[in-house]
Amino acid sequence: MKRITRTLLLTCLVLTLIVPISQAGVGQLVVQGSTTVLPIAQAAAEVFMQNNPQANISVRGGGSGNGIAALIEGTCDIADASRPMKVKEILLCQKKGISPVPHIVAMDGIAVIVHSSNPIQGLNMEQIKDIYTGKLTNWKELGGRDQKIVVVSRDSASGTFETFNEIVLKGEKVIPEALAQASNKTVATIVATTKGAIGYVGLGYLSETIKALPVNGIAPERETVGSGKYPISRPLYMYTNGAPQEVAKDFIDFIWSEEGQKIVEEQGFVSLP
Amino acid sequence: MKGKQLLKEKVIKNIFLLSSLTSIFFLIGITIILFKEGLPLFQEINLKEFLWGKSWYPTYEPAEFGILPLILGSLWITLGALIIAVPLGVSTAIYISEMANPKVRDFLKSSIELLTGIPSVIYGFLGMVLLGPWLQKLFNLPVGLCSLTASLLLALMAIPTITSLSEEALFSVPKDYKEASYALGATRWETIIKVTVPAALSGIGSAVILGMGRAIGETMTVLMVAGGAAVIPRSFLQPVRPMTATIALEMGEAVVGSHHYYALFAIACVLFVLSLTLNLTADYFLIKFRRTS
Repeated sequence: MKRITRTLLLTCLVLTLIVPISQAGVGQLVVQGSTTVLPIAQAAAEVFMQNNPQANISVRGGGSGNGIAALIEGTCDIADASRPMKVKEILLCQKKGISPVPHIVAMDGIAVIVHSSNPIQGLNMEQIKDIYTGKLTNWKELGGRDQKIVVVSRDSASGTFETFNEIVLKGEKVIPEALAQASNKTVATIVATTKGAIGYVGLGYLSETIKALPVNGIAPERETVGSGKYPISRPLYMYTNGAPQEVAKDFIDFIWSEEGQKIVEEQGFVSLP
Repeated sequence: MKGKQLLKEKVIKNIFLLSSLTSIFFLIGITIILFKEGLPLFQEINLKEFLWGKSWYPTYEPAEFGILPLILGSLWITLGALIIAVPLGVSTAIYISEMANPKVRDFLKSSIELLTGIPSVIYGFLGMVLLGPWLQKLFNLPVGLCSLTASLLLALMAIPTITSLSEEALFSVPKDYKEASYALGATRWETIIKVTVPAALSGIGSAVILGMGRAIGETMTVLMVAGGAAVIPRSFLQPVRPMTATIALEMGEAVVGSHHYYALFAIACVLFVLSLTLNLTADYFLIKFRRTS
């Protein structure tokens, strides 16, 4: 019995050791960074590797900062980022002799949605922020009906939340009373069935059953997001050290191609104009 | 010939031994991984901050990892579920085991067991599109996804466990007890309330605790209908976020190896300890019950 227990424990140990090693993988191209860009990079890498069997791309998340740090340290070839590099990071690059080159691969836009019967015709960024941080709690205060605002948000680890937080909330905390939902789809469903609700979803999730509000007077549409006019939109980047070479160049070219941009759309982002 | 048969028996015996050991193997493996991935969090914050902290902001700078609202959220909807499920489940069990005629009993038993076969996502879906909006209208709530909705569905899911185990406990009360009670001139009702139920009480207790375990560990349904607001619950008409829903909600996007990731595993550890305690308590009651009857 004692021997059996020991064998079991040993097997467990070995298993826990093997898993991280097999995940690391030695690839010809390492892509690392923003979780927002992750689905694009992942889906694109899958198709790219199917088309080019000799290529070996390993895609990791970790966040924009994490990816950029890896690029500076030389442990990845492409850093995904959902924001431009910060001054501090650029200074660090100069110190290490790295010359980061940004490549915009897609546009990301988030629509603010309310129940279809809500008479509100539009909001500005300040108002949306006040709603999500709890300063405004009734639609009456915004010229709407006398109705409590039901704040619907995403789980705070999601890329959509990350974008919304950075652009609209500027890092201020969402009230804990907000309904945190797992997906764009459930946010849309709740807003569609709850009269006092406000939520935010990627452009791909807009439908007849919900009302997308213009923000600062600009409606969330493919064109306004693509041109960057719509305020809750941002470009998504892939950074390389110097001009991209070999596989890295092929990979970024592939994402820019018609097929790659179709993947971008499929993942719920806006393709480049 | 005899030796060959002996060998065959030995092989078969060992195969069965091995398959019964797999579950232990998995249990040990799960425990090790849970704690291995959960404990690194406590290099960053202490246990008290984790268990008593009132705000859960895992991705902000600085991050806050207080899970008190999540623990209370889990307990709150479980409490609500038990308030509904215990009277319903136990009285159903009493009816099935003590009053119903055999035909009705078989029909009821199998239909209650059918309830367990319904996948939890279907309960969640019904809650989201039917029960939630209905409660919202009934109580004039701002939003229908709240602890009451979750409690009602969890009650529905806990009832089969509570009913069938309570029914078993009631059924195994020795006939002598009842006959003695009737002999003393007690009515059927008096016998049930004063003799049968008290005799089966620890068995019923174990059934209730296992039902509670079922409710507290349920994930999909509460993720869909509890609302997902990480606040300390103050009413049943308010959205809450239980521990299971938090793990399901955030694990997919948490960066592997981040504090957030460790914190989610630490929540899983809390949940694991909680359900282990519940199961052990249920076992204790069951052993006590077997001894007395």
